[in-house]
Amino acid sequence: MAENVDARGLSCPQPVLMTRQALQQTGGDEVVVLVDTMTQVHNCTRIAEKLGWQANYQEKDDIYELTLRKI
Amino acid sequence: MKRPKDLFATGAGIIIVGLILGCLAATLQKLGNPANMGICVACFTRDIAGALGLHRAGIVQYLRPEIPAFCLGAFLAALIFREFRPRTGSAPVVRFILGMFAMIGALIFLGCPWRAMLRLVGGDWNAILGILGLIVGIGVGVGFLRGGFNLGRSYPTRALAGLAMPFVMAALLVLAITYPHFGEEGKAALFRSTKGPGAAAAHVIVSIIVGLIVGFLAQRTRFCTVGGLRDVILMRDFHLFSGLLAFLIAAFAMNLIYGHFHPGFTLGTSPEGEIIKQPAAHTVQWLNFTGMVLAGLSFTLAGGCPGRQIFLSGEGDGDAAMFVFGMLTGAGVAHNCLMVADQPTAPYIAVIGLVVVLIIGFMGREKPAIAR
Repeated sequence: MAENVDARGLSCPQPVLMTRQALQQTGGDEVVVLVDTMTQVHNCTRIAEKLGWQANYQEKDDIYELTLRKI
Repeated sequence: MKRPKDLFATGAGIIIVGLILGCLAATLQKLGNPANMGICVACFTRDIAGALGLHRAGIVQYLRPEIPAFCLGAFLAALIFREFRPRTGSAPVVRFILGMFAMIGALIFLGCPWRAMLRLVGGDWNAILGILGLIVGIGVGVGFLRGGFNLGRSYPTRALAGLAMPFVMAALLVLAITYPHFGEEGKAALFRSTKGPGAAAAHVIVSIIVGLIVGFLAQRTRFCTVGGLRDVILMRDFHLFSGLLAFLIAAFAMNLIYGHFHPGFTLGTSPEGEIIKQPAAHTVQWLNFTGMVLAGLSFTLAGGCPGRQIFLSGEGDGDAAMFVFGMLTGAGVAHNCLMVADQPTAPYIAVIGLVVVLIIGFMGREKPAIAR
């Protein structure tokens, strides 16, 4: 099962820290991050790509669901 | 599912925007803004506080159009790119207090992080102590972040709450253009300096256009001076920092072209034997340092530099707006109570401010659960 990170409504750099922690600690190969601004979509994508993960997102009701998969 | 792609979010994007912002800042100085103060969020917010009569320091009163233009430029960018998100509820009162102490700290040094960089590339070596203080303040803030510090979540709210700040800023911009006097000139607001830094200004239209461009570009790239240093210390991430370096290099190059580089802790001595200070600067180094420790820590706990708080307030972030109102209030208090630069109350408020902000740091440590 994919691990979920709910970083909605948190200020910088919290969403990135939570994403990084989840990516480093998860045993799986998929992490889903919820954020509510494009800023955090880009910030979390940047750290994910740096750690060797690929990012895709979809928007629903002003919430961005960022799916990170291990490359 | 889409791949997150945005030219502005790339390394090239932030570097190009950093170069543009550096050029614009140095050019505003050439066009009339105070020396080493092309764009300074702390100084300009302080000048606005003066214009509104929140303090009576006669040489720093001018309703700077750059500040409202920053906010409205970011507002415009957020609307165009569908990023306007009305939100609030993340400890607004704490953010107000952080805004106050961030401003007081910045005014003890005499400049926000942007001006610290502009002072450095103008040759004002006192800025070195300020920047060292900023780094230490951010470093302490990073310690709190690692320990789980956060101000809690914000939540989506109605458009009204997000539009409030752009509306206030639009009203300020109208006042800046029309500059009405509500009573006898010099005795009632709006006040306007006739000498000192407050009297030095580029043409209002130039300031507005540059302000809008800065706000627009900064919203797109999330340009943030405090974030730049924080990310390097926190996770060796150089993305935002590369924008800062670009800003420094561009502003330095333009200063050389304009003949605005005058290196030294002071500018020598006058024929009467008096020491000529660097523009809007003082040489009490422990205060330069400590003021910026206070500012750096406050900005880090609030999540971004003063410019970033203004841009966020333009995208509908009501908590960032509270921080900006805190800065405005802090500016009034700082000048009214003689807490600025090396004035008599500055050492006391620097220490008191650090104690208050450290208490906020310790009390805010709580890891949010990763899943909700």
